[in-house]
Amino acid sequence: MAADIQKLVRMANQIATFFASQPGDTQAAEVAGHLKSFWEPRMLQALYAHVDAGGEGLSPLVLQAVGRLRQPA
Amino acid sequence: MKDFIIPGLDGAPAFSDRDYGTPESRSQKMVTLTIDGFEVSVPEGTSVMRASNTLGISIPKLCATDNMEAWGSCRLCAVEIEGRRGTPASCTTPVAPGMVVHTQSEKIRKLRKGVMELYISDHPLDCLTCAANGDCELQDMAGAVGLRDVRYEAPQGAPGVANHFLRRESDGTANPQWLPKDDSNPYFTYDPAKCIVCSRCVRACEEVQGTFALTIEGRGFDSRVSAGMAGDSFLSSDCVSCGACVQACPTATLQEKSVIEIGTPDRKVVTTCAYCGVGCSFEAEMRGDTVVRMTPWKHGKANRGHSCVKGRFAWGYATHNDRILHPMIRESINDPWEVVTWDEAITFAATKLRDIQAKHGRRAIGGITSSRCTNEETFLVQKMIRSVFGNNNTDTCARVCHSPTGYGLGRAFGTSAGTQDFDSVEHTDVVIVIGANPTDGHPVFASRLKKRLRQGAKLIVIDPRRTDLVRSPHIEAAHHLPLRPGTNVAVVTALAHVIVTEGLYDEAFIRERCDWDEFQHYAEFVSDARHSPEAIAMLTGVDPNELRAAARLFAKGGNGAIYYGLGVTEHSQGSTTVMGIANLAMLTGNIGRPGVGVNPLRGQNNVQGSCDMGSFPHELPGYRHVSQDATREIFEKLWGSVLDKEPGLRIPNMLDAAVEGTFKGLYVQGEDILQSDPDTRHVSAGLAAMDCVIVQDLFLNETANYAHVFLPGSTFLEKDGTFTNAERRINRVRRVMMPKNGYADWEVTMLLANAMGAGWTYTHPSQVMDEIAATTPSFAGVSYEMLEEKGSVQWPCNELHPEGTPIMHVDGFVRGKGRFIVTEYVATDERTGPRFPLLLTTGRILSQYNVGAQTRRTANVVWHDQDVLEIHPHDAEVRGIKEGDWVRLASRAGETSLRALLTDRVSPGVVYTTFHHPDTQANVITTDFSDWATNCPEYKVTAVQVALTNGPSDWQEDYAQRAERSRRVLPAAE
Ligand code: SF4
Ligand code: SF4
Ligand code: SF4
Ligand code: FES
Repeated sequence: MAADIQKLVRMANQIATFFASQPGDTQAAEVAGHLKSFWEPRMLQALYAHVDAGGEGLSPLVLQAVGRLRQPA
Repeated sequence: MKDFIIPGLDGAPAFSDRDYGTPESRSQKMVTLTIDGFEVSVPEGTSVMRASNTLGISIPKLCATDNMEAWGSCRLCAVEIEGRRGTPASCTTPVAPGMVVHTQSEKIRKLRKGVMELYISDHPLDCLTCAANGDCELQDMAGAVGLRDVRYEAPQGAPGVANHFLRRESDGTANPQWLPKDDSNPYFTYDPAKCIVCSRCVRACEEVQGTFALTIEGRGFDSRVSAGMAGDSFLSSDCVSCGACVQACPTATLQEKSVIEIGTPDRKVVTTCAYCGVGCSFEAEMRGDTVVRMTPWKHGKANRGHSCVKGRFAWGYATHNDRILHPMIRESINDPWEVVTWDEAITFAATKLRDIQAKHGRRAIGGITSSRCTNEETFLVQKMIRSVFGNNNTDTCARVCHSPTGYGLGRAFGTSAGTQDFDSVEHTDVVIVIGANPTDGHPVFASRLKKRLRQGAKLIVIDPRRTDLVRSPHIEAAHHLPLRPGTNVAVVTALAHVIVTEGLYDEAFIRERCDWDEFQHYAEFVSDARHSPEAIAMLTGVDPNELRAAARLFAKGGNGAIYYGLGVTEHSQGSTTVMGIANLAMLTGNIGRPGVGVNPLRGQNNVQGSCDMGSFPHELPGYRHVSQDATREIFEKLWGSVLDKEPGLRIPNMLDAAVEGTFKGLYVQGEDILQSDPDTRHVSAGLAAMDCVIVQDLFLNETANYAHVFLPGSTFLEKDGTFTNAERRINRVRRVMMPKNGYADWEVTMLLANAMGAGWTYTHPSQVMDEIAATTPSFAGVSYEMLEEKGSVQWPCNELHPEGTPIMHVDGFVRGKGRFIVTEYVATDERTGPRFPLLLTTGRILSQYNVGAQTRRTANVVWHDQDVLEIHPHDAEVRGIKEGDWVRLASRAGETSLRALLTDRVSPGVVYTTFHHPDTQANVITTDFSDWATNCPEYKVTAVQVALTNGPSDWQEDYAQRAERSRRVLPAAE
C-alpha cells in the first residue's frame, strides 16, 4: 500500500509542478480540473484518504486542489 | 496481368495503372501541341512521352518510368517532330507550343526494331520459364515494335561472340561476361544474365529511396549493376531492401522470390500496410487466396508508390506456423492450455467477467484496444467496455507512445493530431526532426523527406544519437544538437529564447492567430537569461552556438516544419515538450499552409485511429470528455445503455489496481503489454494478480503467458476495415483471404459482447463506420462508399470539409486563438548517480517492428537477430568491454544481459538499445516514471549501469523457462 500511495503522491505532485509554473492565479483550480478529468474515482479516493491521513509528501497545491474537489458542488 | 480488378476502383481513370513514362510537371502554364493528329494541352515541362500518354497513346520505352526523371538511354522511345532533325527520344524531349509529333512512321518502326533486336540478341530466350513471363516490359516491347526475328545470330556460344547470358561458350570455356545470380537478399534475386542496363534500379535507389546503394560499374559492354563496393552482395551492401529497384526493373533481373516460387498473380486488391503510422497503400497481388507479392500502390497518397522492407516483404507472418488458430482456455496460468470451441471459449470468458463484476463491482474489469487493429475494431472494443462492461476502463497502447501528443496539441491548438499531410514536406525549406529516427521508424516518410533535402531544404536534428539522417549519402544536417536524454524541454525553450530575444518571431501571425496576452507572458518567460543556450549548455550538453544557429535558421529559413517522435513523448515532461514544439511553430508563423506545421510521427499503423476512436478512458470517440452530458447522450441513445461519467483507469493504473486487488479482469486485443510496457516486473505482477485475462492475438505473445483465455486474432489480410495514419488519413483495409482462425477481430469482439448480453447485429465493418460517422462530428462525412470513390480521406471530413482536411488550422485554430503555454524545465526524478551512472535511451530499427511479434517471424531477422547495447568506446573502455561482449544492463527496476556494440553514435554517458526481442526484455530495465499529464511511460531515460558478464541473467533464464511452461498446450482430446 505504501508503494501505491507513493506513486499517486508523485503523480499528483508532478501535475502540481506543471501548473505551478503557469501564470495567473488559477493553479489550484487547474490541478483540480486535471485530477477530475484524468483520475479514476478509486485513485481520487485513495488520494483523499491519504490527505485525511496527513497528506505526507503532497505539495501544498495538491492539497488546495483536493480541498476544492471535495467541496460539495 | 491485364485484367486486374480493384474493388470499387474498377475503371476509375483516376486510379489507372498506366505508366506515363516521366513524372508530372507542376507548372501552371499550359502548352498545346499535336500528337498523331490529336491536339493536347499539358503543363509546361511535360515530356512528349507523357503528353502522348495523356492522349492514351503509349510510346514504346524501356528506360523511362513515371516515378523517376527520364534518362534517355534506350532510344526505344524515338519519335519524329516536324521541323526537327532526326528522331529525338520522347522521354527527354519537353513539349513546346505548336509542336507536331508523330509517334509512328516507317523510319521509327525500323529504328525501334533495330534497338530491340540488339537488346534481345544479348538476352536469354527462356521466356516460357522466366519468372516474369507475362510481366516483363522487354517482352511487351518486343511485341510492341513487332520484333519477329533477330538478325544478329544469337551467339549460341560461338567462341568469341560476346554475350552476358551464357555461362559457357560452346567449346566449354567459361564466359568471362557471365555473372552468377545474387540470392543474398531474402526477398529478391539479382540475375545479371537478364539485365539490359537501363539503370532504372539505380535511379530508383537514388531518387525514390535515397539510399544510393546501387551503381552502374564499367562502361559500354562491360557495364553492370552493382550493389555497394566491389565484392559486396545485395545483403552486405547499404541496401535496405525497400524494393524500389525491384519495382522499377522492367525485366526479371530483379525479381521477388515469391513470384519465382508461386508464379505471377492474377488479381490485385488495394489495401493498407499494417506496420507503421505512415500507412502506405499497397496492392496485394494474389493467386487464389495466396499473396504472391505486395507492391506499393502509385495512387496511395501517403507513400506515392514507395514502400519499405516491412510492408513490401515482411508479410510472411500471416501464414506462419506459430499462429494460433483455435481458441484456448485454462483455469490457472500454471495449467497447460486446453483447445476448445469458440462457443466454449467465449462462454468461459463472458461468465468469468460477469462473475468478477458480481463479486468486485462494475469497475473491476476493463480492456485494451489495439493500435494495430482497424478503426472499426477499436470502436467496438471501447463500445463493449463502455456500454456492456459499464465502465470507462479502456485504454490503448497509444498510452505508451503518443498520449502526450493528444494532450499537448489539444491544449495548444484545440485538436490532437498532426497538422499536415505527408505531401507537405515537398514544400518545406527547414525541417526540425526531434526525437525521431524516421529512416528506421518511418522509412517511406524518410525517403520523401530525404528527397526534399537533396533538393536543398535544410535539416536540424535534435537527438541524443547521431541518427542516419544526420549524415547519409547526399544529406548532411545543418545542425545536430546531441542533447542529454531528458532535457528536451530545456532545449526547445532555449530555441524559443533565441527566437524571442533576437526578435526573429512572426509578430503579424501571432497578433492575428494567437492569444496576445498569453504570448507576452510567454515571451517574458522565455527571455529570462536562465533559458539562454549558454545557461543550459551544462545541463543539456548542447553547444550554445549550434543551438543559436539552429534557432535562427528555423525562424528565418522559409517554410519551417517540425517532425517529432517518441523521443519527445516518452518522457516525464513529454506533454510539456509537445507544447513547446507547438510554441515554436506559432512563434515562427509556421502553421496553416503547405510546407510547415507540427507533425507527430506515429509508431504503430493505427495509433492515430485508436486515439480517434475513443480508446482513452476519459474520452469518447472524437476526443470528447466522458463528463460531457450531451456527448454521452448521443451514445446512450444509440446504444441503449447508461454510460459512466467518471474517467476510467489507464493501463498503468489498471496494473496498480490489479496489484492492489480491485481490478480483476482484462480483455486485451492485439497488444503485448508485457513486452511493450515499462517495468516488466510490475506488469507481470499486475497480470498475475487478475482472475481473468483474455488475450486476442495472432500468436501466443508474452502477455498470453498470464492469460486464461486465448482468442485467435486475424491479420490485416483477412478483414475489411480502415486504418488512420499519422496524417489523419483514413485508408481502406481490404480482405484478400478468409480468416484462418475463422473470424475477423471485430467479429470476435462481437461474440464476446453478445455473450455478455449486447445484442449487436453488425454484418460488415462498413456498418460500424456508419455508426462512427453518425456519432462523431469529425467523421460525419466518412463512409465506405466515399472511400471507394476517393481512395482515402483526411479527417475532419464533414459538412464544413466535404473533401477532408489535408492541412489544419488554415484560417484559424480549431480552438480559436492559439495558446502559448509556459514550458518550465523540470528534471526527471530518474537521475544518474554512483550506482547507475549512465543514461539508457531506447528506440527501434528498420527491419523490426515494435515488439517484433510479426517481423521476428519473417526473413527480416537476417538484418537484426538480437537486440544489442550501443555504448560509446570511452564508456566501454573504462569498463573493459569489447565489441560483441555480453554485458549486464542494470537499473533500479531490474537487469538484463545483451551484447555490446561500440559506437560513437551515442555520446559518452548515454547507452541505447532496441526492444524487439523478448529474450532481451529491455523493459525489465525501464522504470514506472511517466509523463506528468498522461502517464505515458518514461522509456527514453533510465539511469543504468553496464558491466561485463558471461551470458543471460538469471532473470532471463527464469523468464524463458516460465514462458516455455506457460505455453504448453494439452494434446486435443479426440
Ligand atoms: S531494395 Fe531499395 S535500397 Fe536496396 S538497392 Fe533496391 S532500391 Fe536500393
Ligand atoms: S537490373 Fe533491371 S532495372 Fe537495373 S539496369 Fe538491369 S534491367 Fe534495368
Ligand atoms: S513505411 Fe510503414 S506503412 Fe509504409 S511500408 Fe513501411 S512499415 Fe508499412
Ligand atoms: S524510354 Fe526514352 S530513351 Fe529509354
